[in-house]
Amino acid sequence: MGLAKRIIPCLDVTNGRVVKGVNFLELRDAGDPVEIARRYDEQGADELTFLDITASSDNRGLILHIIEEVASQVFIPLTVGGGVREVEDVRRLLNAGADKVSINTTAVLNPKVVQDATAKFGSQCIVVAIDAKKVDNQPFEWEVFTHGGRKPTGLDAVKWAEYMVSLGAGELLITSMDRDGTKIGFNNPLNKAISNAVEVPIIASGGVGNLQHLVDGVKEGGADAVLAASIFHYGEYTVKQAKEYMAQHGIEVRL
Amino acid sequence: MSTIDIAVVDYGMGNLRSVSKALEHVAPTKNVVVTSRPDDVAKASRVVFPGQGAMPDCIKELDARGLRAAVLDAAQNKPFLGICIGLQMLFEHSEEGDAAGLGFFKGSVKRFVTENMVDAQGEKLKVPHMGWNQVYQHRSPDANAHPLWHGIEDGARFYYVHSYYVQPEDEGIIEGFTNYPERFTCAVAKDNLFAVQFHPEKSAHAGLQLLSNFVSWTPK
Repeated sequence: MGLAKRIIPCLDVTNGRVVKGVNFLELRDAGDPVEIARRYDEQGADELTFLDITASSDNRGLILHIIEEVASQVFIPLTVGGGVREVEDVRRLLNAGADKVSINTTAVLNPKVVQDATAKFGSQCIVVAIDAKKVDNQPFEWEVFTHGGRKPTGLDAVKWAEYMVSLGAGELLITSMDRDGTKIGFNNPLNKAISNAVEVPIIASGGVGNLQHLVDGVKEGGADAVLAASIFHYGEYTVKQAKEYMAQHGIEVRL
Repeated sequence: MSTIDIAVVDYGMGNLRSVSKALEHVAPTKNVVVTSRPDDVAKASRVVFPGQGAMPDCIKELDARGLRAAVLDAAQNKPFLGICIGLQMLFEHSEEGDAAGLGFFKGSVKRFVTENMVDAQGEKLKVPHMGWNQVYQHRSPDANAHPLWHGIEDGARFYYVHSYYVQPEDEGIIEGFTNYPERFTCAVAKDNLFAVQFHPEKSAHAGLQLLSNFVSWTPK
């Protein structure tokens, strides 16, 4: 027996509440972040990811309070992303109790932030989030998008992943934009291509609708961890059920 | 002047909040202080020596704050818990940046070999070794487990994130190991000292149990 594949519930937070959008648009309220975090911890979540999708900068500070509160009650790794623009943002989140910070749009606009943050705080706490979409107008298959999936960058997702790792990223969170919220499963070919190209762990995200999708994410997509939101938030499945299902299908998990 | 029950050594590398919060959680009546002052380390009843990032930087920052002597003294004389780089720094040398460690233990710190590293199913293994892996408690058949393993199942999973591991010269100090894919030492102990490669502060129940064991530990 060895290293377990991780299951990571993701909490999209805006104005202090957990919500989940479909294709990054329509948002539904799913509850109090601290309460939800505790519930997932009790169910055996291996880590938690918080994405701050608050649009207005006025309410950005709310995420720090939430992380502080969660970190004093839940003793598993916490990743926080959304709106990270500079190294100082990383420091603030780590000080609030985050163990890892994920950087997305800023990595594209200013890759030096990734380099500086990993040099200052270590690769272990910097996750680069890559939002990718299958395209047919480029010489490559998957293109990186930013700004919540609205802006194409012209970057090849696989090459971009390699570059981010060369700058020090300790882990990659790959979200398939054409899958997110659709419940049709991860984009396994994309994940597999990136997983094969880099040495660091990858987290598959976007599109989980049932427990078989989690199994496929590991077996077909080569994911080291799988991230899901809506299947857990609305009580369709508990994290424990997901892990038991994966174990039954030959995947090593922490039960 | 208030007493310090547990000093968490802060040498400016990374985030120690997780460590102090977990200690406060298991020991709500104890005074836990995150400190970079050698005096505080010297007067504390117990010392936790965490670490993140690159070992050469950790050693440099430790020395910049004049903490080396106080840390070595604590390692010799009072309940002492090393975590992650706090374990690695106790050894003589690390492959990371070809750096000298504190030399409290004989041995070195090695990097996982990434070429062709695969698991039993032939799947590629990643570096850093990140996530929950099983910790096997090392003991001879007639010996009891170390008191810090009290209440923790042999083979319990703990949370790891590291690319380097320790290789002690004296196998007698080994208290635990993990496979990735080869066996590596993940816990060492000597008298009043215990040090681990994984992160008990992020390892849910098993981790909190270990921290709780440390807080109440009276070394012989």
